Amino acid sequence: MATDVGQLSAVRATGLVRRFGEHVVLDELNLEIAAGEFVALLGQSGSGKTTLLRALAGLDRDVTGEGTLAVPPKVSVAFQDSRLLPWLRVLDNVVLGLAKGRDVGRAALAEVGLAGRERAWPTQLSGGEQQRVSLARCLVRDPQLLLADEPFGALDALTRTKMHGLLRDLLRRHRPAVLLVTHDVDEAIQLADRVLVLDAGRIVLDRAVDVPQPRSLRDPAFHEFRDLLLSALGATATADGSTR
Amino acid sequence: MTTVVSEAVTLAPPEPLVAAPRRRLRPGKPIPFGRLVGVATVVGIWALASAVGLLDPRKLSAPWTVLQTGIDLARDGTLEANTAASLHRAVLGLVIGVAVGTLLAVLSGLTRLGEALIDGPIQVKRAIPALGLIPLMILWLGIGETFKVVLIAIVVALAIYVPTHNALTSIDSRYVELAEVVGLSRWGFLRKVVAPGALPGFFLGLRLAVTGSWLALIVVEEVNAVDGLGKMMYSAQDYGQSDVILVGLVLYGLFGYLSDSLVRLVERRVLSWRRTLAN
Repeated sequence: MATDVGQLSAVRATGLVRRFGEHVVLDELNLEIAAGEFVALLGQSGSGKTTLLRALAGLDRDVTGEGTLAVPPKVSVAFQDSRLLPWLRVLDNVVLGLAKGRDVGRAALAEVGLAGRERAWPTQLSGGEQQRVSLARCLVRDPQLLLADEPFGALDALTRTKMHGLLRDLLRRHRPAVLLVTHDVDEAIQLADRVLVLDAGRIVLDRAVDVPQPRSLRDPAFHEFRDLLLSALGATATADGSTR
Repeated sequence: MTTVVSEAVTLAPPEPLVAAPRRRLRPGKPIPFGRLVGVATVVGIWALASAVGLLDPRKLSAPWTVLQTGIDLARDGTLEANTAASLHRAVLGLVIGVAVGTLLAVLSGLTRLGEALIDGPIQVKRAIPALGLIPLMILWLGIGETFKVVLIAIVVALAIYVPTHNALTSIDSRYVELAEVVGLSRWGFLRKVVAPGALPGFFLGLRLAVTGSWLALIVVEEVNAVDGLGKMMYSAQDYGQSDVILVGLVLYGLFGYLSDSLVRLVERRVLSWRRTLAN
């Protein structure tokens, strides 16, 4: 049973265990995220990233363990697919499940640069625009914790870069704690305060990102941090920066 | 003073800029009033065959005879009374059937208890043609109006149950997850996710139900009736009046077509968010 946490930490989880049959996906996992902190979660496929995120989102009812799982009352989730209901217009998607008025929905759409598209159907938007609506839907709920499961994974590189800028902007104003699940090492370094690497249901690396702002791909510190993450992920970096 | 007239230049019409045209997999632009073209062709062949004497008028009257008979029947009030009786049965059966079929689909699609109690019997019932129930229905309800309306309602309820139940139980689980994440109430979930998600299935069922109601109507009216289009056609058979039979068939067809078109029109408006191959 999840309980509320105090002001200082947004997430406190200790001893989380999740099994699928014999297979242990989360193995006595501990995690703490401070209020307003941006944590990126890296890991190979099948390492338990999405399982952990679903556990924190309250979508998984079969998480066991002796420990605690405490999340704030207001949690928003951004999925990899924008997951807009095709039969609701954009504004109705943003305010889905909200009692408060549509004005806040309009303001949230304006914030993600989609003012004037309130009455469009989701299918009329591009992939990047759909993902921005999804972000608006997250933010309009004033979350204390934003859980994002590879929200930019399906976007092209240029759109993804723009979305990074937008996300940074939005976070500066709303200041929720963030747990971003991603495959993209560079994305993690550019956005996060702290990076976790998950392997076989345990956190094998937990490191604050000490690359100075603005974090440029040309900065040697960036590369150093990148190599550290890649080796924790079990990939070896080659001279040209690609991985194998 | 000399005037210089520039030589007229003929411009080549611009070539359509299509690089290596691909095979079109969509059916292309719709023909205006496309559906009517086929109907007109059939009627045209019929008229032509009658005019040149290929058709025996005792077996199949000419289109203009049918039209004249229709006008005569309308003048003496026979047609109006019979049509009203038929429409009354069809609409009553349709309304009751749609209500019952939808209610059953919702109960069995959304609750585990309903699924256990309702879905099994209905699947068994589907294996028995509804028209096979006629003897039992007459035995139970007598041969009056009740039996006719109940039989139409059964056909309609089954037609609407199957697609609606299927649509309700196949709501995308990702949308269910979303509803949980944004904290929708059970009622909000039904209203914002389940109902709109199941509407395409409901409309498919409604179209099947409307045509089903006319089909069942023809059968019950020909079994035994004191009035109605089916009765009118059945009597005409005794007197060898093929024109009267055809008037009845044309009306059945017309009502069937109009009601189906009406449902499609409503469907297009309600499901305007859908983009399919059809548009």
